Amino acid sequence: MKLIKFILVGFIFGIVLTKSEAVSWYRIYEMFQFQSFHMYGIIMVAVLTGMIGIQLIKKFKLKDCSGEPICIGDKEPSTVRYLLGGVIFGLGWALAGSCPGPIFILIGAGFTTVIIVLLGALLGTFLYGVLKDKLPH
Amino acid sequence: MELIYHTWPWYISGFIIGLVMLSLIYFGKTFGMSSNLRTLCSLAGAGKKVSFFNWNWKSQRWNLAVVAGAMLGGFVATHYMSDPSNVSINPKTIEKLQTINIDAPEGKLMPDALFSTQVFQSPKGMFILLIGGLLIGFGSRYAGGCTSGHAITGLSNLQLPSLKAVIGFFIGGLIMAHFILPLIL
Repeated sequence: MKLIKFILVGFIFGIVLTKSEAVSWYRIYEMFQFQSFHMYGIIMVAVLTGMIGIQLIKKFKLKDCSGEPICIGDKEPSTVRYLLGGVIFGLGWALAGSCPGPIFILIGAGFTTVIIVLLGALLGTFLYGVLKDKLPH
Repeated sequence: MELIYHTWPWYISGFIIGLVMLSLIYFGKTFGMSSNLRTLCSLAGAGKKVSFFNWNWKSQRWNLAVVAGAMLGGFVATHYMSDPSNVSINPKTIEKLQTINIDAPEGKLMPDALFSTQVFQSPKGMFILLIGGLLIGFGSRYAGGCTSGHAITGLSNLQLPSLKAVIGFFIGGLIMAHFILPLIL
């Protein structure tokens, strides 16, 4: 039962990403051609909404639903892993036209070929786990 | 009511995505979809061989519930909330796509050239999708997050590392869209 609220949040996420077409290969391609504001607008408004929300949480020291103080961890400082990992991710993002969220959403929507993208993503995650200690972080 | 069948505007979509992230924070979690890939690897038993997958992945069940909901949402939105006006991208983009042999959207979310079931008969087509996935999986774990964890959550929380990652995302994406895609398609 505790999981129902997460299923509901995921459900809304799946609908909004599909209806905004952020899951569409075409929208990602269009974004990287700088030929539409649509995707940039989505990301900007999402970040702005999140930023205001997080500032309010911090200012008023809000608690989460179980009464614990909300603490959003800082990311570890580094440059190599973020830039290099980011570039590798970006190459895949523009090739397959989807990031991890949309991969699942598209499979749910019935695009069976996206299962190949998921298998690739699992393989890539596994490879990272294998090579982790040999990579610069 | 008819508006829900059309493409949702960026300001409404972005706002709801921001709320999705904030509601997960309110539930005591953080928004991050690529973590599920690690969880699925662990679920499949990768932890026996590689220590990176030997972790408390059962604490991530809530995130798999988000995935299940997202899949259901994708199903409902494409089957019951779509109309032919969807995915009307810039005509210039469509022209550009023709030069690399990608069909125009005409209401479809995904191009047939890359995602129709005929791809299952094309080794090259399957290879492209597999490599795309591999880069996504490897890159997001290396960078410690994807679009949801870095671009949305990290930037909202004013994290410099996330800004570096997002700059990386765009460098990689631009290289792929402008230099590599035209070569391989």
